[in-house]
Amino acid sequence: MNKTRKLSKFTLTNIKCYGMIIVAFAVLYPMLKMNMISNKISGLLIPICAYIVMAISLNLTVGFLGELSLGHAGFMSVGAFSGVITVACMQSGLPAPVKLLAAIIIGGIMAGILGLIIGIPVIRLKGDYLAIVTLAFGEIIKNIINCLYIGVDGSGLHFSMKSAEALNLSDGKIILNGPQGAVGVSKIATFFAGVLLILFALFVVLNLVNSKTGRAVTAIRDNRIAAESVGINITKYKLTAFIISAVIAGMAGALYGLNFSTIAAKKFDFNTSILILVFVVLGGMGNIPGTIIATTLLYMLPEMLRQFSDYRMLIYAIVLILVMLATNSPRAKVFANKIVGIFKKNNETDGEGDVSNG
Amino acid sequence: MRFPVKRSENAFICLKNRDGPNENCKMTFVCTNGAKSETVKEGVNMTFISNLINGISLGSVYAIIALGYTMVYGIAKMLNFAHGDVIMVGAYISYCASSYLGFSPVLSVLLAMVVCTVLGVAIEAFAYRPLRRSGSLAVLITAIGVSYLLQNVALLIWGSNPKAFKSLVTFGSISLFDGKLIITAESIVTVIACIIIMVGLSLFTKKSKMGKAMRAVSEDKDAAELMGINVNVTISLTFAIGSALAAIAGVLLCSAYPTLQPTTGSMPGIKAFTAAVFGGIGSIPGAMIGGILLGIIEIFSKSYISTALSDAIVFAVLIVVLLVKPTGLLGKKITEKV
Amino acid sequence: MKKFTKIASLALTAVMAATCLAGCGAGSSTSGSASEDKKVIKIGGIGPLTGAAAIYGQAVKNGAEIALDEVNAKGDLKFELKFEDDENDAEKAVNAYNNLKDWGMQVSMGTVTTQPCIAVSAESNSDGMFALTPSASAPDVVKDKDFMFQMCFSDPNQGVASAKYIKEQNLGEKIAIIYNNSDVYSTGIYQKFTSEAQNQGLNVVCVKTFTDDSANDFTSQLNEIKAAGADLVYLPIYYTPASLILTQAKKMQYEPKFFGVDGMDGILTLEGFDKSLAEGVMLLTPFTADAQDEATKSFVKKYNEKYKETPNQFAADGYDVVNAIYEACKKAGITGDMTSEEIGKKLVDTFTSADFKIDGITGTGMTWSKDGEVSKEPKGMVIKNGAYVGM
Repeated sequence: MNKTRKLSKFTLTNIKCYGMIIVAFAVLYPMLKMNMISNKISGLLIPICAYIVMAISLNLTVGFLGELSLGHAGFMSVGAFSGVITVACMQSGLPAPVKLLAAIIIGGIMAGILGLIIGIPVIRLKGDYLAIVTLAFGEIIKNIINCLYIGVDGSGLHFSMKSAEALNLSDGKIILNGPQGAVGVSKIATFFAGVLLILFALFVVLNLVNSKTGRAVTAIRDNRIAAESVGINITKYKLTAFIISAVIAGMAGALYGLNFSTIAAKKFDFNTSILILVFVVLGGMGNIPGTIIATTLLYMLPEMLRQFSDYRMLIYAIVLILVMLATNSPRAKVFANKIVGIFKKNNETDGEGDVSNG
Repeated sequence: MRFPVKRSENAFICLKNRDGPNENCKMTFVCTNGAKSETVKEGVNMTFISNLINGISLGSVYAIIALGYTMVYGIAKMLNFAHGDVIMVGAYISYCASSYLGFSPVLSVLLAMVVCTVLGVAIEAFAYRPLRRSGSLAVLITAIGVSYLLQNVALLIWGSNPKAFKSLVTFGSISLFDGKLIITAESIVTVIACIIIMVGLSLFTKKSKMGKAMRAVSEDKDAAELMGINVNVTISLTFAIGSALAAIAGVLLCSAYPTLQPTTGSMPGIKAFTAAVFGGIGSIPGAMIGGILLGIIEIFSKSYISTALSDAIVFAVLIVVLLVKPTGLLGKKITEKV
Repeated sequence: MKKFTKIASLALTAVMAATCLAGCGAGSSTSGSASEDKKVIKIGGIGPLTGAAAIYGQAVKNGAEIALDEVNAKGDLKFELKFEDDENDAEKAVNAYNNLKDWGMQVSMGTVTTQPCIAVSAESNSDGMFALTPSASAPDVVKDKDFMFQMCFSDPNQGVASAKYIKEQNLGEKIAIIYNNSDVYSTGIYQKFTSEAQNQGLNVVCVKTFTDDSANDFTSQLNEIKAAGADLVYLPIYYTPASLILTQAKKMQYEPKFFGVDGMDGILTLEGFDKSLAEGVMLLTPFTADAQDEATKSFVKKYNEKYKETPNQFAADGYDVVNAIYEACKKAGITGDMTSEEIGKKLVDTFTSADFKIDGITGTGMTWSKDGEVSKEPKGMVIKNGAYVGM
């Protein structure tokens, strides 16, 4: 009995997630093709896709694994730059979707390798100490990419930590130029690819969560000692979840990087990590449909506030605080339930209810 | 003189056409060596000592900020990311008091402390208290919201133009060994202030009644409440002390490094947070040691390794320390109960 | 407490609903006003109005608004300016650009800072929209972009000019450089300066860097420069870190000559800055606020009245950009009912035509090449008694 109920919950989440994305795509894509959407919205579509994938990825670490990561933008950064380099190295004759696919795959692989390197030491730590180490890794990645020079010519890739001249390029181009980042990136990311990537991320995360691995991971989150005592290999499962999360973040990074003609390491700093964390926390930990909604709304919010000019970011900050108070404060929950009672509606989950007010 | 406007002047094309590709770096390298051989050994030692003093001075500022972080973390169990911005507010208040109202240095610092204390307590009461029972992440995000809020309010009140903070330390630098070693007055004041604050705080938490209440709350909130300790008052007091310290830190930070803009507090805030974790978050001497070590590492990696990578090195050291001692240098070992 | 949460929740819902509604409302109302007045030419500006780089964006915005008032007072053409915030972020800048396109922007003022400008110029160039950036100075901003022009010197030109100037005037025997290697502007000037310094036979003894995240403490850099015995320190950086370097050098009792670039302008108007620290600092800059020509004087006076500040070079660039667009529009006979593509083509032709010259407050007889780079003369300035004096 219990099992069937759980299964139906799983399918329900699945339907919610995939349905939401597919419906949104089915509505937006024809409108986009017929130029019925304002430039503002159409410009936001691909970044929103990238951030949704990032938020899904971070939700795996924070929501399901239960470990706070403050350096998730680092994986995005590595994915973005490896994607950009991949595209720059490929022959120009290839069709754009092939290049994009290759960039996303390589971006994911590179971020995954980094996730493994970072994951091994990080997984040993707990709580806030783990958070600060991820923050530290994020800052280190930013600093290193900031002084990295990469160029390509007939003989292959050239690396340097000193300057563009030290690359010894015979007849090639500079891909990554230190603090200036990558310039002249071919903008091949498309909304369609973004939606496919979201669906892929959803597929991986939702199935992982409901697999044996996923149950082990949530068991570790809920009670580490109890999980250990029933013979769950904590390091193995934590590391698996962490690396998968990194791979998805790297893919999102590649998509993001190929949407702008220039990209610099500075973009992927602590603030970007925090931004994604805000999406996850507001959407609800371990709540994938909530994350998707929260990401979309919160990403659009500063753009919607543009007419307030000087007061824009101030209002954004106030809204952020109030939303946090309203969705998390026990008193607000009581209050929300009262309202729900007035309207005689039952079965309203408080977290989602408030977010969807926006 | 005219600027030649030719496309061939483009940096990248030029770089490619250059014959000696590595010349630029070689030049720097050779020259640095040449400079070092010129200076006598004593000079090198003096540079070393001078770097050390600068490191301690920078570290002391981090330490004072880290004390605020550590107090709040120890008692309220939350990462108060708005702390760096309280520092900025403190610096602005003392700047306005001394530049516009003509207050004396001591008076303007006191005013900044009062304003920051009120601000800190208000932030706690309105933004953090309602979320006390709802998990550390919710409070963390709220703290970030408060941080954005303070920065943008400061931007609206004081504008985006940076202000050159006039040092509130009025006496001059000390010059030793014929001017080869110079210790600035700000570093002396900063280090002394840091030591006084650390000793004062340690005594306060160990000896006074309120301090004992704080420690009790930090151990177990519910048990403390059952023992008749007013948890709300205790946490408010912690925020009051932390914010007053932030005001002092703001004044000292801006006296040593005199530019003041709405984002002044954020980077020192993050570094001080690192320092607090480094020393073992929740531990008062730990914050001090962490802060000073962080300052020294930062200055030394800037001088002897790479300025561009100095932050990366600081964070790398932090990671290594945490791997060896997972709760920081002086952190308490937490034993988990089933 | 209960009341508070009630109010908070209500306020939250209200704010969220209001912003959504206002967002839609504003969008429709602006498109409505565009059709009412066909004569207005809509200029869009993008720059950081919040965040750490806010000063540059706000200065450009203020300068441009002053020029706008003047242009509209003349009466032959009507301009409307909308300035959007990009937080010095390429992604936000592209969002702002799309927003401005929805508003009906016909001419772009580019963006203020370099990295966002490279991203936005790729968009505006493919849209065929004319853009004149006030202050994004990297060569990549205009590289291979027909519709993109610069009002400021490009970074390499500044580096070359500084090296030549130092050699010609024989300003220093041993030269040290401190630059910001997380900043495109600073790195660009530095790279070109060192290669030109070699051509000129200048002796560069020490090169030190800092990053935006460590722009507080310069003592270790200054210690090494002092140990290397440099007598001239070249600072291709903005004035905020420069003011820190001057203060800290003074405290260390190290007093070499300092030589800056146009980013150094503004150091004298930094609120609370001890001007005696900048005594003897030399810089190459296209604009100085206390120049004695009529145009500059009237601009500075208006700026002071309106914003209670002394304008810096960014404000002057913003002012010149609007004026240059105005002159070009007049010359090309552009009216507000043309599309941005039509205006773009005409403005590009005008700007690159041989007889198009602009006298502004950041230079006289400015002309533009096909690449979009400006040609104007910098002024060598030295600070004496707290004021700029020509060298």
